[in-house]
Amino acid sequence: MAPLLEVKDLTVRFTTEDGVVNAVDGVSYTVEPGRTLGIVGESGSGKSVSSLTVMGLTRARNAEITGEVLFDGKNLLEASEQEMRTVRGGPIAMIFQDPMSSLHPMYRIGRQLVEAVQMHQKVSKAAARDRAAEMLALVGIPDARRRLDSYPHEFSGGMRQRVMIAMGLCNNPRMLIADEPTTALDVTVQAQILELIRRLQSELDTAVILITHDLGVVAEVTDDIAVMYCGRIVERGPKDQIFAAPQHPYTWGLLKSIPRLDTPRDQPLVPIAGRPPSLINRPTGCHFHPRCPYVRPECVTVDPTLEPIPNDPTHVVRCLIPAGERKRIWADLKAGRTPAVAAVEAGITNDPEEASDGA
Amino acid sequence: MGTYIIRRLLWTILLLFLISAITFVIFNILPSADPALLRAGKNPTPEGIAAIRQQLGTDRPKIEQFWSYMKDLVFHFNFGRSYINDVDVKATILDRLPNTLFLISGAAVIWFTAGVVIGTISSVKRGSIWDRVAMGSALLFISAPVYWLGLVVTYLFSDDLGKFPLLPGVGAYAAAHGFFAQAHALIMPWMVLAAAFAAIYARLLRSNMLEVMGEDYIRTARAKGLPGRSVIRHGLRSAITPLVTVLGLDVGILVGGAILTESVFSIPGIGRLSFDAIQRGDLQTIQGTTLFLALAVCLTSLVVDVLYAFLDPRVRY
Ligand SMILES: Nc1ncnc2c1ncn2[C@@H]1O[C@H](COP(=O)(O)OP(=O)(O)OP(=O)(O)O)[C@@H](O)[C@H]1O
Ligand SMILES: [Mg+2]
Repeated sequence: MAPLLEVKDLTVRFTTEDGVVNAVDGVSYTVEPGRTLGIVGESGSGKSVSSLTVMGLTRARNAEITGEVLFDGKNLLEASEQEMRTVRGGPIAMIFQDPMSSLHPMYRIGRQLVEAVQMHQKVSKAAARDRAAEMLALVGIPDARRRLDSYPHEFSGGMRQRVMIAMGLCNNPRMLIADEPTTALDVTVQAQILELIRRLQSELDTAVILITHDLGVVAEVTDDIAVMYCGRIVERGPKDQIFAAPQHPYTWGLLKSIPRLDTPRDQPLVPIAGRPPSLINRPTGCHFHPRCPYVRPECVTVDPTLEPIPNDPTHVVRCLIPAGERKRIWADLKAGRTPAVAAVEAGITNDPEEASDGA
Repeated sequence: MGTYIIRRLLWTILLLFLISAITFVIFNILPSADPALLRAGKNPTPEGIAAIRQQLGTDRPKIEQFWSYMKDLVFHFNFGRSYINDVDVKATILDRLPNTLFLISGAAVIWFTAGVVIGTISSVKRGSIWDRVAMGSALLFISAPVYWLGLVVTYLFSDDLGKFPLLPGVGAYAAAHGFFAQAHALIMPWMVLAAAFAAIYARLLRSNMLEVMGEDYIRTARAKGLPGRSVIRHGLRSAITPLVTVLGLDVGILVGGAILTESVFSIPGIGRLSFDAIQRGDLQTIQGTTLFLALAVCLTSLVVDVLYAFLDPRVRY
């Protein structure tokens, strides 16, 4: 199937007083119609910047953007502001992390929804209001028509996120970008919102990009997963592949640091050691090497490219460890060994600290 | 809301009572000019002074004077009579009030509009040459004293003394009759009074806007595909609300008299009245205008609070 969205080698740099921030570096992915891509990564890994750039919302004066964002074959990075306005909130909609602050506190919900509808559909105000009420009902807000006259502060966080979703979907977008839509909500509400997104997606056949730092969230709803680290995609592939046979040490770290129902109870949760790198002075070689328990001497100097793993062109990884060895390490980790033990098992003796000192 | 307003009104009354007590103490008990002496003429005789004191009632014990002053105030809303020219203070204030109101309402419209327009453009074009010029001149206007600005404008534009005689100058208002003639005569005073306020409001709105435009809901507005104009309107809706509060208080204070502007342009308003009263030691009038100022500030701040509940739906009383 022809991809709906094709991001090619997207790079975003911000020039600041402290230096150039490499927020997004050579990110590529595709999303097919009706499918869901999960983008996972730690805070600061460039998830929001990359998706805001797709929407043309990173036109900050200090931003330098290269690459291509092909939506339906048309490069959005070359589109005029005028053209982008017809795309935003129309064929591509976006919802954000914090529903508490994402709605205008002084306008009624109805007005904010009607505005979104009328921006993209030539309909009367009354028809737009009907549409708004219909959408509110669809996202599960009881007594929808009456609630049009409410202000955002009269809704709970979960309800507001429903309103945001209604606003995003009111113009039948072909793609919805949800940037950490559940992070600010409590756990039961999180599950409801995810369920809602999944249900609406299958009903309305919308493609979704779901951004999160929580692999547990993407496990529920996505078809494909892209793992971002330090502005780059370090691993990408079908969800089942990523969970069954993850390839990148960072992905392993993410998987080992989340509680999952299918892991034995006696296995401890292992957080990823170290802190996220600076995006101004990035580590040499593989950007993950200072935190990688399996680091090899060449990791410090050679910057790996994103390569498909053997026998699976859909699953790509950015890592210098040979495929066979990666398989063994993951098997060890899955069996419950700690990263240090797994590293020794794999014959890796050099301490990561030493390795980076030697560089 | 209703009970809130009533509660606020009761507080206002209590506050006014306190203020009248304080003004009474300041002007009657603390040493100041003896009104009887002021009235007695060039070579007063002791008997003459005593007679005047008796006539004014200032020979009575202070507490008794306070009591009758308050009684008049509370039961008859009577501010007393001027010791100097024996006219009724309340009547004088009401007589002067329209002039002050005309002056400040026109000026407020000018400064609010100018402040919002300049502040918005400055914030949208932040860092541009326009922004720099606007904010630089704003600083100039904020620091320029009104009487100096008044003189400069008169020197430049007044039709009697000015280099470019375009506008009616000093004293024109007092001489003008009819709404349009008066408005015409007020153009210059309006500008002078509005200048510093416009500058302050522009800076305030600019900084509010810069803050608001970084809010998540502005990003939402852009993500909906709204054109820049509408996005700015969303921002302005939030940024302007605090400005309305400030406007209310500023107007309240000015209703008590735009002393400098009224003095420079000889506008017979309440400010001018206070100014003259102070010069002449006219205690009753000073007391009256002070109390009137307090009343104006209290009422406008009540109006502002009520208005705020309409402007910001999150505020409920
Ligand atoms: N306008 C800007 N100027 C300079 N740096 C910026 C700008 N916008 C974003 N950044 C930087 O880009 C980096 C990536 O930010 P981004 O918001 O994409 O991270 P994220 O992966 O979404 O993280 P989170 O999980 O916290 O949302 C951050 O280090 C951020 O500080
Ligand atoms: Mg983010």
